[in-house]
Amino acid sequence: MSETGKPISRVDGRMKVSGKATYAAEFNQPNMAYAFPVRATIAKGKIASMDDDIIRKELGVIAVISYKNAYKLKPLDMQAQMKAGAAFLGENLPPLQDNVVHYPGQFVAVVVAETYEQARAAAYKLKVRYTADKAAVDLRTELPKSTKPKMFMGEEAQVNEGKAAGPLAASAKKVDHTYSTPVEHHHPMEPHATVAVWEGTDRLTLYDATQGVGLTSAIAAYFFGLHQENVRVVAPFVGGGFGSKGLWLHTLLVAIAAKAANRPVKLALTRQMMQTNVGHRAATIQRVAMGTDAAGQLNVLRHHTDTYNNLTQFFEPSGKQTLVLYKAPLREVTYNVAHLDRSTPTFMRAPGETPGTFALECAMDEMAYQLKMDPVEFRIKNHTAQDPVKGHDFSSEFLVECYRTGAERFGWASRSMEPRQKRQGKYLVGYGMATATYPGGRSAASVKVLMNNKGNVTVMTASIDIGTGTYTVLAQTAADALGVPVEKIDVKIGDSSLPPAPLAGGSQTTASIHPAALDACVLLRKELVSIAIADPGSKLNGSKPEDIGFANGKLFVKGNEDRSETYLNILNRAKRNEIEACATTLPVSGAGLTVPSALCTPSQTPPEQNSDIKQYAFHSFGAQFAEVWVDEDFGTIRVKRVTSVQDVGRIMNEKTARSQIIGGVIFGIGAALMEATEYDKRWGNPVTRTLADYHVPVHLDVPPIDVHFIGKPDPHISPIGARGIGEIGITGVSAAIANAVFNATGKRLRDLPLTPEKFFES
Amino acid sequence: MRPFKYANASNPAAAIKIVTADPAARFLGGGTNLVDLMKEDVMHPSQLMDVTRLKFSVIEKKANGLSIGGTASNAVTANHDLVRENYPLLSMAILAGASAQIRNMATNAGNLNQRTRCTYFYDANMPCNKREPGTGCGALHGVNKNHAILGWSEKCVATYPSDMAVALAALNAVVQVEGSGNTKRNIPFADFHRLPGEHPEIDNTLKHGELITSIDLPENRLAEKSYYLKVRERSSYAFALISVAAALETNGNRIKDVRIALGGVAHKPWRARIAEQWLRGKEPTQANFRAAASAELKHAKPLGQNKYKVGLAAKAIVRALEGAMQGGTYGAMEADSTTTNQN
Repeated sequence: MSETGKPISRVDGRMKVSGKATYAAEFNQPNMAYAFPVRATIAKGKIASMDDDIIRKELGVIAVISYKNAYKLKPLDMQAQMKAGAAFLGENLPPLQDNVVHYPGQFVAVVVAETYEQARAAAYKLKVRYTADKAAVDLRTELPKSTKPKMFMGEEAQVNEGKAAGPLAASAKKVDHTYSTPVEHHHPMEPHATVAVWEGTDRLTLYDATQGVGLTSAIAAYFFGLHQENVRVVAPFVGGGFGSKGLWLHTLLVAIAAKAANRPVKLALTRQMMQTNVGHRAATIQRVAMGTDAAGQLNVLRHHTDTYNNLTQFFEPSGKQTLVLYKAPLREVTYNVAHLDRSTPTFMRAPGETPGTFALECAMDEMAYQLKMDPVEFRIKNHTAQDPVKGHDFSSEFLVECYRTGAERFGWASRSMEPRQKRQGKYLVGYGMATATYPGGRSAASVKVLMNNKGNVTVMTASIDIGTGTYTVLAQTAADALGVPVEKIDVKIGDSSLPPAPLAGGSQTTASIHPAALDACVLLRKELVSIAIADPGSKLNGSKPEDIGFANGKLFVKGNEDRSETYLNILNRAKRNEIEACATTLPVSGAGLTVPSALCTPSQTPPEQNSDIKQYAFHSFGAQFAEVWVDEDFGTIRVKRVTSVQDVGRIMNEKTARSQIIGGVIFGIGAALMEATEYDKRWGNPVTRTLADYHVPVHLDVPPIDVHFIGKPDPHISPIGARGIGEIGITGVSAAIANAVFNATGKRLRDLPLTPEKFFES
Repeated sequence: MRPFKYANASNPAAAIKIVTADPAARFLGGGTNLVDLMKEDVMHPSQLMDVTRLKFSVIEKKANGLSIGGTASNAVTANHDLVRENYPLLSMAILAGASAQIRNMATNAGNLNQRTRCTYFYDANMPCNKREPGTGCGALHGVNKNHAILGWSEKCVATYPSDMAVALAALNAVVQVEGSGNTKRNIPFADFHRLPGEHPEIDNTLKHGELITSIDLPENRLAEKSYYLKVRERSSYAFALISVAAALETNGNRIKDVRIALGGVAHKPWRARIAEQWLRGKEPTQANFRAAASAELKHAKPLGQNKYKVGLAAKAIVRALEGAMQGGTYGAMEADSTTTNQN
């Protein structure tokens, strides 16, 4: 029976719950010192002076490093960085290279001391004086100065600008509303941490809480002018990332500190630093308009986003889903991006779709009400089976089945369209739903598989398990591909010295590395077969390779299973201690889908050579249903249950997949009801500083979540058939909840999160 | 965190003497707030005198009520039979606060001494008259949706964060303290915490070096009609937007005694004496509860972002009094949560 798909528990679960899984901050080194950063207390300006000499005399202090004495990193150079695979820096600000302050909380110095406490005490005492400039700290104030970026991640950013007005005016029915979403922070359970160890001046090891060991290695190598193979990044376990664990400045900062101290140095960020130094999801103000004919067929969709950026080109792409969902002859998607002197926005779980589906899917609900049409039926009526902009078929798409199955499982039929019809004691009860979607990503990856003569298999790739289950599902894929039990498979990941794999971002790890793992196993089996059939001592001697089957650790002749031989016997007789194979997959279609390479080095295929992207659009879809209970006296909203039906291709492990969707839904509940970082409008600093202020759902906020997978493999994404699953679970959730609040109360709340005061202000 | 000395007190008089002699010394209970403040560089005690092993953790009956020890944990206090039977309001209030882990560590005396959760107070780079007198109040014209609507001053708009203290205010508790030279005094709860006025840096009327040895709860006939209501942004582990400790004693269909205290509205637990006065002798009807609540909140002065609290507080007072009349139950603090008892 196939191991793939089985709901087996995490193979690393026992290590995690027994404290044996080693995270970045736990890689203590002999003679290690500790670093504590000093952060800017103004939003914009220059450092005028600092009392670093006084602090050098503090107890235990080894070094105080600032722009005055920091190691000179290679300067920013986007062309050179692209070439080196080092372009994807969290913010384009190599640390401590000059005295300019770009946002409150920016690292302006780092203190290195014998103990963490000494470093912290000295860092707190370091007096820094600034000359402050007038800073841009509020989105609404800065919007008049915003610009319209042409591109976002290689795609046109402004689509059909100005073209929606005519069709909107001509539509029989229309809605046009403004929705807003706040700043959100990722706050993975494990705070960011790095231990930097130099060997001489040309070899660096970083034990780093990262979503990409290869990325971190390339960026560190670039800025320190090292060969990439001399920068080893190790991250066997990472306690969540959600987009915040790309490469941020503390990783370079600690390498600078370790160089200056000439010792291994550890730097662990505090929660307060995680509010300013590792990115956030930017606030958005989104205006969504749509028009239909009298029968409810969409004529036009318009989605405009106001947001901001700082220190990178990234901005929150909240119009993304509006280019993918629903059949409408015209859609206009535009952005205005202001500059704020605020810490740098970045990717956060379903960047774009999380705030974007809130706006679009609430507007869809408002439109359905205007048409007096059931929101599920309105969506089905406007469903599209093709990418509505590019015209390509979706590679695999069962969205209507998601709606129907979700409605059935949730009991949608018992919903009253009319608001305020259902009560439970003092609560008003409402049902709401929304569409979920996220792109199906895929990148080049290499995987090496090694089998030894004890029957153990090792699967190796420089991928990462950020809590998603990478270890577990890789073991399942290899177990099936080799016909050995999962327990015999050892997965080695999280080390940049292993064969390259993409960073754990964009929901692409499974889709990228599993085809390579499968191919490496096929190559390994081929070698076993060729050894066996050539060996006069083997029962398989003389057979044709295509006649050989495999199962239970054996090769056998198909149709004559008595003629079989164990892998161990084959290896032992050949006097081989081990054999290995490596495969690389490139994201191209058809026969060229996987390209075996003995060198284990993928090269990214340029999109224009990627034939199936010209043929298919790769997207996952889902439907989210929520029941809320609202206490109108207090404006408190509680989610009572959620049904989430997902079309994400093949399910590799029903248990870890379900956990991913549950996690996404909980993230969505947080976004809907409580998560928000607030900034002081005078000084620009975050007032929400810790997890006491930044509320995420507690257990009691998390209701029963019914997760159902369509489970149909995607025949075009890879021979494995799985698309990613890490991000889609959050999309649509906040809209489903806000739509349920309307159904319960008759109040449209269009500004997240839906905290009690919003209820009274609306 | 700056370097500091730590000592474990074995003798109250000696511990009090040491702390009294050093203006920068502090008593240490569970440390659930003080240690955070030290890590945040907000407080820099020269030494910590750990009092958790002193024999002040007893909960016992006294002639006219109950005495709960200063170093008894919040968890033990909330779950003590004598407290549950005679002062369910206190039990409910404690259990509405913090998390199980924090309640296990936190002491009763420490709970009364905790500092505001105003984030301007916690951020050592922000102005805050409570942390650094003379620097101004960051919240007055800043992010203040969780701040005070009653009794604030231009110097400080912070609220007092404790749930336990709101119940103690309603219960007319008396704080027993011991100072140097074996001096003992008691402080009526209403006089324990103070409004900010010109000196928000002073939270309460304890003198430096005075140690809370116990909290006395006078006898009452309120146990059957008590209710603690807490409205917050999530179902648990969040400070109150508004909380209400309500307790009633009725005589026939008339209110004989009524206690109402509010949390989340002021620099101290706010005893709603105007509302109490209005209700005494009247019938316990919803209309009367509403009128009493609005009489109390007529004096509210909301800030830029917390106008919602005025209406919310009025509704919470009514709901809490109704809950008390129905004979509040354990778990009542989850009344704002729809996630219990269903599914």
